[in-house]
Amino acid sequence: MRAMVYRGPYRIRVEEKDVPAIEHPNDAIVRVTRAAICGSDLHLYHGMMPDTRVGHTFGHEFIGEVHEVGPSVQNLSVGDRVMVPFNVFCGTCFFCARGLYSNCHNVNPNATAVGGIYGYSHTCGGYDGGQAEYVRVPFADVGPGLIPDWMDDDDAVLCTDALPTGYFGAQLGDIVEGDVVVVFGAGPVGLFAARSSWLMGAGRVIVVDHLDYRLDKARTFAHAETISFTEHGDVVRHLKHLTEGLGADVVIDAVGAEADGALLQHVTAAKLKLQGGSPVALNWAIDSVRKGGTVSVVGAYGPLFSAVKFGDAMNKGLTLRMNQCPVKRQWPRLFEHLRNGYFKPSDVITHHVPLEDISEGYHMFSAKLDNCIKPIVIPTAAA
Amino acid sequence: MTYTPHKPRLAEDSDQLRSRIPGWGADLDPADRPSVPREQFDPGRTGAHWEYPDEQPEKWPRERSVEHTQLPPVFGTAQPPTGLSGAIRRYAYAKYSEGQAAHWLLLMAGDRVDTVESALRSVLTLHPDNPITETGVLAEVKRHGMSSRLGHNRADVKHHWMDPFIVGAPWVAALMLLLRLTRRARGHA
Repeated sequence: MRAMVYRGPYRIRVEEKDVPAIEHPNDAIVRVTRAAICGSDLHLYHGMMPDTRVGHTFGHEFIGEVHEVGPSVQNLSVGDRVMVPFNVFCGTCFFCARGLYSNCHNVNPNATAVGGIYGYSHTCGGYDGGQAEYVRVPFADVGPGLIPDWMDDDDAVLCTDALPTGYFGAQLGDIVEGDVVVVFGAGPVGLFAARSSWLMGAGRVIVVDHLDYRLDKARTFAHAETISFTEHGDVVRHLKHLTEGLGADVVIDAVGAEADGALLQHVTAAKLKLQGGSPVALNWAIDSVRKGGTVSVVGAYGPLFSAVKFGDAMNKGLTLRMNQCPVKRQWPRLFEHLRNGYFKPSDVITHHVPLEDISEGYHMFSAKLDNCIKPIVIPTAAA
Repeated sequence: MTYTPHKPRLAEDSDQLRSRIPGWGADLDPADRPSVPREQFDPGRTGAHWEYPDEQPEKWPRERSVEHTQLPPVFGTAQPPTGLSGAIRRYAYAKYSEGQAAHWLLLMAGDRVDTVESALRSVLTLHPDNPITETGVLAEVKRHGMSSRLGHNRADVKHHWMDPFIVGAPWVAALMLLLRLTRRARGHA
């Protein structure tokens, strides 16, 4: 089969690989019909995530058709159209039993601090991902869901991570009616978090980024006010000014490890890899939320330490809430919202890229060329 | 602005927002939010038909965090550790817990060694690394590299010029150190 493989920082290519095999009785092999490139894939691509091995196939957002099932699989059949949450999870460990599917303890030998994630380095379990023609899906009776007949493929692939993560980020904010919500990051997750904040009763939503075309999207797609942080010498001061000196009730960090806007953080984290991530957006969140407010973090950071302004968080009495999203838990309610027309996830898709051109797709997405917000990868066999 | 007990007034009230924004307030009640409360004990809802899953065969000594009491029953089998990078990775897993910086720094070092090993190995194959196609740099032409960057006040564009120096500096320093050590060793020989 054809598959994207990592060759080192900023270098990927497409190679022939063996079609994955059933390795556990509850495995399925899925023929991928759509995969997405996620902003967090760029952390791998840029060499920021420890134990990212040459030869690894990325891709944790994908949908497809069941190609083969293991002997204990009861809930799926060959030919089913399935959407696969980015979380690999067993369904019964201490954490899964409590709904924390993203924190499953039975799927990742390499780390206890993070669950299993498809195509996201060995730190997240060493599973090859879905930017390929076929992918191994463990716990086929637990993770994948059938794609509803009314849902098209582009919407479905965004339900495997970006949309539920944004929706989850807004939930972590514990938004109450009339809250002022600031979202750092106007990528897909930030756009969905901003849009979700209205569902939870926000009274004002402000999105901060530096890319003008993404801020345009935040205004039209998420009905948000926008701020470009490059137009303000001090974005925290500007946000305080907009909130009569108090700060926002809730701030959502939808940026994560490669936040720009502070040179020291950029150099030490994004370039020299001496931090788990550049916490510029997180520090701005801590400083721009009001005392007693809530900071929600759904941007991804690496496992190494980061220079976070924890003293300010403590002195302000903040609630910091965060996690990788337990995707499947979001689906029933999210699907109601989709059917009601509150979301059209595919509105954020800007590019469809053939798998064979994926290295140019990564470069375009990484360098933010051609007004790219969300690129979708079409595997060769699905084209 | 004086500081008073009141929340600042919003430009629009809830009724105005409800009429302007599709779905406004649909999840106003926290009970409608799927991740509230955070933990909901219900092991029966996941579709699993086991309490503890079957164990996947371990085909080689699978590296694992020393914080795990056992090898988890299911794991990825992509890219088993090989070569010097594999030795570094196995050492990082065997020696240091996730709580120690050495664990992660060694894994990062293993990644860099892996890149060099793989580049050297690729020279011996029919499919050597190609920096033009692998970096996707041709997208600069096809996807409007210049016009995407110029005139938009992008934060990243302001430090583009220095990024190669920052990334290259540790490699140059390592090379100089290696040369110096080599010269010193020859001097002693």
